[in-house]
Amino acid sequence: MSTRQRRARSARPLAWALLFLGGVLMVTPLGYMLVTSIKPNAEVYELSLLPRAPTLDNYRRLGGASGFPRWLLNSAVVAVLTTVSVLFFDSLVGYTLAKFRFRGRGLVFLGIVSTLMIPTEMLVLPWYVMARRLGWLDTYWGIMFPGMMTGLGTFLMRQFFEGVPDELIDAGRVDGLGEFQLWWRVALPLVTPALAALAIITFLGNWTAFLWPLIVTTDQNLYTLPVGLASFSGEFQTEWEMVMTGASVATLPLLLVFVALQRYIVRGVMLSGLKG
Amino acid sequence: MGARPTVRGPGTTRAARRLSLGARRARCAWAFLALPLVFYGAIRLYPAADAVLMSLTDWNIVGQRRWVGLDNYRRLATDPTFWKVMGNTARYLLVGVPASLGLAFLVAHQLDRVRFGHALLRALYFVPHVTTAVAMAWVWRWLYQPVPVGVFNDLLAGLGLPPQPFLRSTDQALYAVLVPAIWAGLGFQVVVFLAGLEAIPEEYYEAAAIDGARGARLLAGVTLPLLRPTIVFLVVVSSIGFLRIFDYVYGLTGGQGGPLDATKPLVLRIYETAFGHFQMGLAAAQTVVLFLILLAVSLAQLRLLRAR
Repeated sequence: MSTRQRRARSARPLAWALLFLGGVLMVTPLGYMLVTSIKPNAEVYELSLLPRAPTLDNYRRLGGASGFPRWLLNSAVVAVLTTVSVLFFDSLVGYTLAKFRFRGRGLVFLGIVSTLMIPTEMLVLPWYVMARRLGWLDTYWGIMFPGMMTGLGTFLMRQFFEGVPDELIDAGRVDGLGEFQLWWRVALPLVTPALAALAIITFLGNWTAFLWPLIVTTDQNLYTLPVGLASFSGEFQTEWEMVMTGASVATLPLLLVFVALQRYIVRGVMLSGLKG
Repeated sequence: MGARPTVRGPGTTRAARRLSLGARRARCAWAFLALPLVFYGAIRLYPAADAVLMSLTDWNIVGQRRWVGLDNYRRLATDPTFWKVMGNTARYLLVGVPASLGLAFLVAHQLDRVRFGHALLRALYFVPHVTTAVAMAWVWRWLYQPVPVGVFNDLLAGLGLPPQPFLRSTDQALYAVLVPAIWAGLGFQVVVFLAGLEAIPEEYYEAAAIDGARGARLLAGVTLPLLRPTIVFLVVVSSIGFLRIFDYVYGLTGGQGGPLDATKPLVLRIYETAFGHFQMGLAAAQTVVLFLILLAVSLAQLRLLRAR
């Protein structure tokens, strides 16, 4: 921060204005989407930025006449459950690999981290075969099972748990806590910021996940929002205000999360390098 | 390692107690790891091996797997569509990486010196990164429409310029897909560049100022060399991103990768081979090719970061 302040002398008004203009251009597509979603049909093809008669009719229609409410629910269920599972298992495994000494620890760590090298695209075909054989197609579990734990989250949590002093854990042991309690009550609260970052990137990744949900669901009732949106054209082909309303519904939760948790998001996304 | 014998007290019993604690903790560790190890074995390692095996078979999902050795790979080598999608993927990569990194550096380099409104500006650039690709693909598809629906063509008409076909032209479509993809990733790259720039100690700039280095010389002599790890990281991450491009192509072209395969990348071809034509072996072979390319990129990153 301080380096930036010292360098601040070189900032020029022209550079600032250009940066601002570029930033506004960056969010223009989003602005268009949101504005159009509250425009009545008659105004859609006007370039005007603000609707003369803003309305929530498009949202009401979307809620009443399409699979959207169900897709929204599916996305929420899948993203929340997967995130809870990832937080639990990645932090438990990360903690175990950071704080326990046992034969084979290095091998386990190497094995889990090596799975990061395998691209999802290579796994989706065997996953599909597996899901088909076990009857997991078109189920929530089928959408979720590949993401219940992540090598990346485990790696990150291990890094953070290594920063937790052993003395605190030993003190907890003196107090008579069991190993599970030591993790849950002593170590976990000390890495809350890391958990928050992991929660956010996992939620974002699952909310926006497309390839696997597209493959594993054929029943419209099980679509997640991105899959539903991709299939959207049939129903509202030329009604762009409805398409924009659908896109807004998929985007608004993300924007709200972003506004509320911006600090964690930037950090989390940087830690992970990639979402999804 | 953890159970070192202690010298204090009545040695033997204490050492025995600590050893038993060590053994108990090891048992606990394996208990915590049991389910995760099953998961990583069954949902990551086994499927990866299965993909490789599948690539050596001819299989339509319902029938029996028939062993065909390397036939699928031979077929790919002479399949014009495969080379077409490899060419498209290479174009996404070779245009996308320099364009997005160049833009991101331009923005970050200026933003680094801005104090007033820094967080707001950064947020404006970052927001498109926190969106759903399929939703944004619809927005861009709309912007690309012909007159009178599409905003871009309306703007062109307003400037007295001829309308452009964008997604409907075999020449322009790939770039019309690339622009939103770059747009969505730019904020991430800006933020990473900013972190890299902020990590450069001020002393380097002071020393360079004493030597009289300014402008381009400062950039080439101080900033860029010190940003090398950041640049390597971003080149690798965005290369991997463009090699795996799928969501934006699918969304912008209605899952077709058209017109006439002009925008179809490798991953869309894999999807189509497996779930459109049910040629699981051929699709698996293409995933193995993708895996090998991604592996090469990652290994190149390790070498580049070590060679300092």
